[in-house]
Parts: sequence; C-alpha cells; structure tokens
Amino acid sequence: MEILVCVKRVPDTSENEIELNSTGNDIERDELVYSVNEPDNYAVEEALQIIARVGGNVTVVTVGSQDDEEVLRREMAMGAGKGVLLSDDVFNGSDARGIAAILSAFVQKGNYDLILTGVQAEDGGAQVGGMLAAMLDYPFASLVNSIEMLDGRKLKISREIEGGNREISEIELPCVLSIQTGINEPRYVGMRGIRAVASVPIPTYGTEELKLDPATVGRTAAKVKRLDYFVPALGKGAEMLHGNREEIVARVTDLIAAKGGLR
Amino acid sequence: MPRIFAFITHRAGVVDDSAAELLAVAKKIDATAAPTAIVTGWGAEVDDVCDNLCASFPEVWEIAHEALAYPNAELIRRALVKVLPAGCIVLLAHEHFGIDLAPGLSIKLNSAFASDLLAIGGREGDCLKVVRQEFGGQVSAHVECDISSGAVLTIRPGAFKPEANSTAKGVVVEKSGEVDTLSARRRYLETVVAEAGDVDITKQAILVSVGRGIQEKDNIAIAQEFADALGAAVSCSRPVVDAKWLEKSRQVGSSGKTVKPKVYVACGISGAFQHLAGLKGNPFIIAINKNPKAPIFQVADVGIVDDLLELLPELTSKIREMRKAA
Repeated sequence: MEILVCVKRVPDTSENEIELNSTGNDIERDELVYSVNEPDNYAVEEALQIIARVGGNVTVVTVGSQDDEEVLRREMAMGAGKGVLLSDDVFNGSDARGIAAILSAFVQKGNYDLILTGVQAEDGGAQVGGMLAAMLDYPFASLVNSIEMLDGRKLKISREIEGGNREISEIELPCVLSIQTGINEPRYVGMRGIRAVASVPIPTYGTEELKLDPATVGRTAAKVKRLDYFVPALGKGAEMLHGNREEIVARVTDLIAAKGGLR
Repeated sequence: MPRIFAFITHRAGVVDDSAAELLAVAKKIDATAAPTAIVTGWGAEVDDVCDNLCASFPEVWEIAHEALAYPNAELIRRALVKVLPAGCIVLLAHEHFGIDLAPGLSIKLNSAFASDLLAIGGREGDCLKVVRQEFGGQVSAHVECDISSGAVLTIRPGAFKPEANSTAKGVVVEKSGEVDTLSARRRYLETVVAEAGDVDITKQAILVSVGRGIQEKDNIAIAQEFADALGAAVSCSRPVVDAKWLEKSRQVGSSGKTVKPKVYVACGISGAFQHLAGLKGNPFIIAINKNPKAPIFQVADVGIVDDLLELLPELTSKIREMRKAA
C-alpha cells in the first residue's frame, strides 16, 4: 500500500491568539507558533496504522517554502518514510484549485493507492482534497472517521454525518479521503524522533520537475483571492465581568440562580 | 448575469431548512435573480419535495433516478455535470453533503469554488465579493471570486436569514431523462446511528460544557464537581472527544448533539460555529476563557477572562455554600 498524505503548516490556534496586523491586510505573523494542521496529523497517523497492518510506505507532501520543511520532518519523525516539498516562486498566491493542481501533478509522478488529507485547514475551507480527487478522476470521501481494508482493492469507510451518526460506504482504490479529527490517537513525537530525521534529505520539486504549466497555478491563475482579513463588528457581545475573583464568583453564582440554574 | 441554482437537500420528503437560506443568498448575489432549485432522489417523495419548492422557487429541476435514492455525492456530481449549463452559479449548504460534493463539482464545471460563506459582499461584473472565516472564527476574510466561468459556493448553515417567499408559483421541470446511466466507485452501505450515552445532555436544564481549555483528562473532574453542585451535567466540544476524554454522546455541535438548556457554562470553549450550531433555545451563556479574543465572547451573555482550573473550584464551593444556606 503506497499512501500519500498531504499536510499543511498553519498557525496553531491552540497556541496563539490570531489578531490582525497593523495594516489589516493579514494576520499578525510575528511570533506566531506554527504547527502541522491538526486533521492532517490524524491523517498521517491513520496512514501509519494502515501500513502497520498491511505493509507499504507513507509519503508526506506539502506545498510551500523551506519554512514548511519542519512539518514534513515532524511527520517523518512520526514514521512517514519520505517527505517531499513542492515549492516554486510561481506557486505563490495559488487558490485551492492551484494547490490541488500542484498536488495532482505530483501524484501523477508516483503510484499511490491511497491519498489522505485533513478534513480542513485552519486557514482553509475543506476544498483541496475533493478538488484533487476530481482532477485525478479518483473517487473521494470527506469527513472520514474510520477506514477498514477489504479484499479486492476496496476500503470500507465511515463518514461523520449529522448528530454523530456514521455513514458507511465502500470505496475503490485509488481514492482520496479527507480525514476527520478523532479517527485515532496520533502518536507523540519527541525531540529524539525529530533529531533522528533531521538530516534526511527532503526533495524539492517545482514546475519543471512536476511538468506543470505555470499558467495553471499561482496568483494570476487564481479564480479566488483573499483580499484582506478583518474582525467583524461584534453583535451585542458578552458583558465582561471584571474585578477580583471573589466578586466574579458571587456574580456568576447569582446569575446562575437567577436564570433558574439552581434547583 | 449567470443563472443561479440552489441544490436542495431533503430527507423523508421534507425540504431542509437550508433551502430558504440558499434562496436568500441567490437574492444577495443578484436581486433580480430567478433562482432554480435542483432536487435529486427517487420515488414519490421527490415529487412532493419538488411540488413544495414551487412555492418559493420559480423553477424546480427534478432529477429522479433509482441510483440517486440515497444522496451519493459522486453520482449526484455526474448527474449535475450532465444537466447544468456552462457558467452557472451553484449554491449548496456547507454541511457533510455539500463538503462531499462541492469541491469536485467545481473542478468538473471548471468554475470558481468558495466554501463556507457567511456573507455576500456584492458583485461588480464578473467579480463577486464574499466573506468567510478562518482560524476557528477568530478572524474573517474578504474573498474575491472570478465568476466569469461560473462558481460553486457553499453557504454556512444559519448565516443567512431565510428568504420567506411563498408566492413564486414555480414549475417543475423534469430533467431525469438527461441523466442516463450512473455508476460510482463509492457505494453507500448503511447509516449507523450514534450510540446513546450514560447521560442524555439533550434533556438537561444546565450544562457545564468543557473545551480544549480543560487541558487534560484528569481536569474533567473539576467540571464534574461544579456540575454536581449545580445538579447539572457535563457536556463538551469536539477536541475533548477527539482526545477521548469524554464520550461522543457528550459532544455539543453539528457533529454531536443539539442541546437546549436554560443555562450553558462554556469552560475553555473557543466557540467555533460547528459547536454553536448545536446550541438551541437561546440559553443564558456564561463563557470562561483565558483568551479574551475567543469567539465565544461574541455570543455569550456573560464573559470571564480567567483560568477555569482556578475559577471552577471556587464556583463549586460557593454553590455548595448557597445550597447549605438555603
């Protein structure tokens, strides 16, 4: 089983307060803590668990710059055998379709049975996986929360649908699946693991190696462009309680009692 | 102006609430639009759904096909690609089905794709301005879409006020004949209904709900003690279930339970829309979070910026005192 997992390096929302920069055209990126997009990490763990059962190899790939190598190394420390960086100046400003086109070109260089992505990026909208599948003409399923191998190049998968219900399907390989968080418990990566892969070479491919028409990627090809970030004017917003903790405790408990919360 | 289509989801013959929201979006894109509803399915219930939609849509395209009895995104995509005109705008709800169908549909239609939209900012020629959120709702972004070759847009459920139109007097246009045979490489087998948990959080008057801010499994006990003092139950947001600290049956949100308590104490919950989607009945929301920018403070009635691991035990003692005094 040859598995490719597409990952992305994103600002970690559990470590940062995301704020606008002074000009308002971007978020404040100074001193941001970045990490691998959380659902992508679950996808890598799932790939590793699959090859532990049936054998094979896991490759992790990302589209970005040298800075993004750190998330590839982190996932290699988890156990992915190979990391590949897709990087080229003309990739800058690509929309989701552009990213999918770059990944599609990379997929066609290899021979993957299964391609996994995270369900959604912190700064994205659950777009690339489904677009990539359609470009490759592979079947696709989103929000996948379990994978079971069947005979005859098929998988039995479940998707998370409303109310915590699960939709069970059979899907043929090769296919693209977008992985939901909670599908497994991603293994811990320690400093020793990171050090062990620190000097493993990470090949970098650009338009030339990917045989990609530069006109299909980057800002000029993008049909969808982010103009700026903003923080919407709040509605009423919460009444913020200030003061010492004793006062706050008294106020909160009074409110709970008043709202019928103390029976 | 390109023609606008709204893909309608329905179950057991009942049209999903999102249909009226998609109609509102169509009007925001083009005030003079005569949007067309598209319905797929099989059997008598599809006819009922189409007839009902005629009240609000001037035209309803019906695609009845045995293979579409269950909404399989791959099959529906193939059917839509056969019937949709080039350059059109297709609207879908951003829920599990739209997430499955929309990205691939945009590729096969060769049109722009923007997902999970919260607002339409207006249109100038082929340029449509839309609004989406990033980073769990901490910031929003203005996004520009080139719709010269059409667009597929998914719309966040609940973000648009439903369009109440019951005077469209629409007509049903039979499109089934254009679809022909359909086959997919993904086959639906069954739906497994979520297991009931030890506590039914949908029946509680007070919920003490914990999120990522509870930090570790052992700290759940701190929230449980507060809940016990109140006579409440503990519920949670998604990261707590992902980390296996609580059962799935305790999760509030679009992929968990829909709850309608009187009082909701959100402890270390950032307030992503998927979580808030599970909170109905306008409860009194008390939010405790150490991040003053957490989106939960936009929807809460009362907010406290504090370390919940220190605040909760004090609240518990105070409630116990009050009970003794009573």
